[in-house]
Amino acid sequence: MVKTPAAKPERKPPAKSVSAVLPEEGSNHPRPRDPQRHEATQDELLHFYKEMLLIRRFEERAGQLYGLGLIGGFCHLYIGQEAVAVGLQSALTPGRDSVITGYRDHGHMLAYGIDPKVIMAELTGRGAGISRGKGGSMHMFSTEHKFYGGHGIVGAQVPLGAGLAFGHKYTEDGGVCMAYFGDGAANQGQVYESFNMAALWKLPIIFVIENNGYAMGTKVSRSSAETEFYRRGDSFRIPGMQVNGMDVLEVRGAAEAALEYVRGGNGPLLMELKTYRYRGHSMSDPAKYRSREEVQNMKDTSDPIEAAKAELLKMGVTEETLKSIDKDIRKTVSEAADFAETSPEPDPSDLYTDVLVEQY
Amino acid sequence: MSDTATLETTAPQAKVKQITVVQALNAAIDEAMAADEGVILLGEDVAAKQGGGVFKVSSGLSEKYGEHRIRATPISEQAIMGACVGAALAGMRPIAEIMLMNFVTVAMDQIVNHAAKLRFMSGGQTNVPMVIRTTTGVGVGFGGQHSDMLEAWFAHVPGLKIVTPSNAADAKGLMRSAIECNDPVIFIENILCYGLKSDDPGADYRVPLGKAAIAREGSDVTLITYGRTVLDTLEVAETLAGEGVSVEVIDLRTIAPYDEPTVTASVRKTGRAVVLHEAVRSYGTGAEIASRLHESLFNDLKAPVQRIGGAFSAVPMASVLEQAWIPNKDEITAAIRTTLDWKR
Repeated sequence: MVKTPAAKPERKPPAKSVSAVLPEEGSNHPRPRDPQRHEATQDELLHFYKEMLLIRRFEERAGQLYGLGLIGGFCHLYIGQEAVAVGLQSALTPGRDSVITGYRDHGHMLAYGIDPKVIMAELTGRGAGISRGKGGSMHMFSTEHKFYGGHGIVGAQVPLGAGLAFGHKYTEDGGVCMAYFGDGAANQGQVYESFNMAALWKLPIIFVIENNGYAMGTKVSRSSAETEFYRRGDSFRIPGMQVNGMDVLEVRGAAEAALEYVRGGNGPLLMELKTYRYRGHSMSDPAKYRSREEVQNMKDTSDPIEAAKAELLKMGVTEETLKSIDKDIRKTVSEAADFAETSPEPDPSDLYTDVLVEQY
Repeated sequence: MSDTATLETTAPQAKVKQITVVQALNAAIDEAMAADEGVILLGEDVAAKQGGGVFKVSSGLSEKYGEHRIRATPISEQAIMGACVGAALAGMRPIAEIMLMNFVTVAMDQIVNHAAKLRFMSGGQTNVPMVIRTTTGVGVGFGGQHSDMLEAWFAHVPGLKIVTPSNAADAKGLMRSAIECNDPVIFIENILCYGLKSDDPGADYRVPLGKAAIAREGSDVTLITYGRTVLDTLEVAETLAGEGVSVEVIDLRTIAPYDEPTVTASVRKTGRAVVLHEAVRSYGTGAEIASRLHESLFNDLKAPVQRIGGAFSAVPMASVLEQAWIPNKDEITAAIRTTLDWKR
């Protein structure tokens, strides 16, 4: 299909940095400051752009490998949500702060600079994968980065995050735990037990709700009585922030305000990142619950990578530079895919290693 | 080391101090907390203001170590368990107290999908050194939702260890070993055993996990059990000794992984075995043990391995029904006689 430039919908200008912050101004309860959109240098924005593009290209290739049967099981792609992991994690200190997330975890690992080769090799179930082929797409860890997975039970990583935050507070290591979950997981009971515990004990944790609009195949409005997820901490007196998750600099700015609040010993904070996934819930989801137009409209008007690109061009970065970045990233991803296809499968004896630290 | 040397050279005292199971557990946790800053206890009502735990196991500890280490929690089993798994990932050695074993069901996800599996799924990058303490017991009218023994559910899950003591000395030694274990351990206490007394085994006492105790030596039949039913079995063994029947009693202490070499060696010697537990008989751990004995000793057995367990019904409240539910001494005696009288 040929599109005339005139037919292309106009890109929305970045709106107000944050839609809302709770509690409202003037409240007696502690309140994070209103976040400001991050004023990035050209180098910084280029760095975010590269990270987002790496996630996009990596995920596109993972989708292809899945289609070819090289990746089995489940595979949940992060395409469309790149600005969330990149914007938030760029504000953390790897090795001090901890991160935990659900099954849509490839982007979070790449945003932490973890080698795409060992991530892709985990997807293809190879011995060189980051979990030695035992975890797969949904269960990847890098304790070196204090990245604690990669979890397949919806919402169950949230209490684990409370425990990681308990560890930060108990050892006084100055770290904060960032616990990601989705709008679907926000309807799981154990999430609220964790909210209560974290608020009661003032644990240093940021609860991040990545609201991509759909709980698997069910639209947020059909699955959630309160669709303004940043309000979900209200009854635990956890302040909330609603952030445009399609703009990496807004995400980064909000992360700074959130971290300032939590590192200040004020207890937990809840961030709702409004985002969108372009692909189905998993590779086996044809996404018939929404129209092609809806998806296309999001791509045309709100794509985080295109927005960063436009901003870079405005800053004076040349098309050639961006093209060369894209080329380099494609090469990195191809190398990761080659590695993931050619490195050996795990040894069958690995079935009985790591079941316990000790042996049965 | 110097303590041990002193113990060895000191003449035996006239009267050894006796401790209850509750005191033994308390002492083991106390010693572990003194030895390792990473040991903490999370659970409902566990701190001093709440009484030191419903069964007083943590009595006095929050006064000694502070409420940041002995921390009373909201009534939120999933968050207690999840927070302990998370803290264990972060390098601590948490103890999660779940007041009663039936309440553990609320936190099954965190135990089965997380505590047990994270090491494997992370390719060995993580481990979960935590103890899940819980208690249960039939015989005091707690009814269907406060009495179950669910060890078989956990024994079915790779990545967990399951321990239960039958006396105070073992309670102390097993608890210390469980806290020091680098893998998740489910530690089952029995409400009816809390007041039992044994000789105090002294400071820094440990019982290795995975090692059974021969509670009574015998030569005619092996009775394999664990927890409170060890006591019934010892009584039956004493009675039968009067009739010339020699019963060997094995107290497993660790239910999973159980001490298969000790069990197999004993049954090879006696040629007869009875497996007993308080949990319901069907699909219980006794079935696993009996099956393994049949597989490994089929030609040496003089009779099929007998199994005894609770009735396949919810634990009832009314005393008469509850007593009918519990495996009793007559059943133990009858099962032993079945193996002795077996004709091929």
